Amino acid sequence: MQVPAPFAYERATSVEHALSLLEQGGSEARLLAGGHSLLPMMKLRLARPETLIDINGLTDLDYVTLDGTELAIGAMTRHATVLDSAVLGEHYRIFADAERVIADPLVRNRGTIGGSICQADPAEDLSAVLSALRATAVIRSSTATRTVALRDFHRGPYETAVGTAEILTEIRVPVRPGVGSAYEKVERRAGDWAVAAAGAFVQLRDGVIGDVGIGLAAVGAAHFTCPEAEAALLGQAPSAEAVGAAAAICARSCHPQTDQRGPEDYKRHLARVLVERALNRSIARAGGTER
Amino acid sequence: MQVTVTVNGEETSGDIEPRLLLVHYLRNHLGLRGTHWGCDTSNCGACTVWLDGLPVKSCTTLAVQADGRRVRTVEDLETGGVLDPVQEGFVQEHGLQCGFCTPGMLMMARALLDRDPDPDTTTIREAISGNLCRCTGYENIVRAVRWAAEHTTAEVTA
Repeated sequence: MQVPAPFAYERATSVEHALSLLEQGGSEARLLAGGHSLLPMMKLRLARPETLIDINGLTDLDYVTLDGTELAIGAMTRHATVLDSAVLGEHYRIFADAERVIADPLVRNRGTIGGSICQADPAEDLSAVLSALRATAVIRSSTATRTVALRDFHRGPYETAVGTAEILTEIRVPVRPGVGSAYEKVERRAGDWAVAAAGAFVQLRDGVIGDVGIGLAAVGAAHFTCPEAEAALLGQAPSAEAVGAAAAICARSCHPQTDQRGPEDYKRHLARVLVERALNRSIARAGGTER
Repeated sequence: MQVTVTVNGEETSGDIEPRLLLVHYLRNHLGLRGTHWGCDTSNCGACTVWLDGLPVKSCTTLAVQADGRRVRTVEDLETGGVLDPVQEGFVQEHGLQCGFCTPGMLMMARALLDRDPDPDTTTIREAISGNLCRCTGYENIVRAVRWAAEHTTAEVTA
C-alpha cells in the first residue's frame, strides 16, 4: 500500500494566508493544488514535505479572462476548464489541442495549470505551450508581485523561478490578431507523458510569417523552445521548405535522452516531424484553411 | 484531524491522519468497499468517485480534502432496489469480466451521461480513457454505456 509519510496539513483561505503559511513552514512546506503530481511523488518518497498547504480553497485563482491585450489564466484553473474555455479556444487553439492529450478526464478535473508548470517535469505539455506563446508568470510574495517570462520560469528539471515563500498566481498570454496555433504529441498510450511533443503559433502579415513561437516538450529543449528555428522563420513565406528547415533546426538543437519511452534518435526524429506538423497546422489555422 | 464528509447524502465524520487517502477513508473507515483500490498511482481509475459532483481518483485525493464536501460512490447508483441504467447496461451487454474496474467505469459513465445523455462511441471512449480494463478490450463497456443512454430507469425496472 502506497501512503505518503506523515505531514502537517494546513488549508489556506486566501493567497495572503497561503504566503504566511509558506513563510512559517520554510523550505519543507509545499503547496497542494490538484495534487496529481505531488501526491504520487509523496507516496514514492520522492517528495517528503513536512507541511502541506492546501490551496484548493483559493477559488479566486480559478479563472480565464481577456484582460486588455492579454489573456489571464488563474493558477488554480483546472485542466478541464482550460480545455473547455471558449475565450482560449477563440484566440489559441493550441490550448485545447494540448489539454485533450494531458492525462485523462479524471485527472483533468483536479489538475491545475499552475501546478503543472510548477511541477516543471521536462515532459510537461503546458510548459511547451506557454513557452511557445511567450507567456509570463505572475509570482507573489507577502511583500511583492513580480512577473517572469515563461522562458525564464524553468530553472531545470523540477525547478522553477518560484521561491520558497512565493506563489504563482497567474499566467498571462499576449493576444495576437490573426494567429494560428496547434499542438502535436506522440504518447505511448492515452494519458501518458509525451514521448515527444511540439507546439507552435504563427502570425501571418502580408503573406509572410510576421511572428512565430515554437514549444518543445520531452526532448531536452532549453526553456522548452528553440529561438534559432523561430528566427529562421521570421519574414519567410509560410512554405514547406521554410517549415522543414525550421523543424530540422529544432531536431538538431534539442537534447533528448534515451529512456523507457524511446531512444534518443527516435525522439529527435519525432521533434522534427511534430514541429513540422504543428507549424503547418498553425499556418492553416492562421489562414483560415484548417483541415 | 476531525473531518465531516457527506457521502451518498449522509453525513459521516472521523478523526483521521492528514495522509489518509480518500479511497481508504471510504473503504476502511466507512466500510464502503464498492470503490476499488487499484493501482494506487492515479492511472487505473478503479477508485473513481465523485467529489462535489465531479469524478476524481480517490487514491490521489486526501480524505481531508473532502472535508465539508459531497462524495458519491458506486453504492449510491442503485436506488430502492432499482439499478441505475448504467449498471443494468453492464449486465445486459456483459460489460465486465473480473469486475475490478467496474465501480470506476460505472461512476465515470454516470457522470458522462448526466452531461451528455446521447454520447457517440468516440465520446464514450474519451470519457473512460482514465479507467483501465484489462479484460474486455472495452468493446462491451462502450456497448453497456450506449445501452444506458438508450434506456431509462423505468425500462430497467420493467
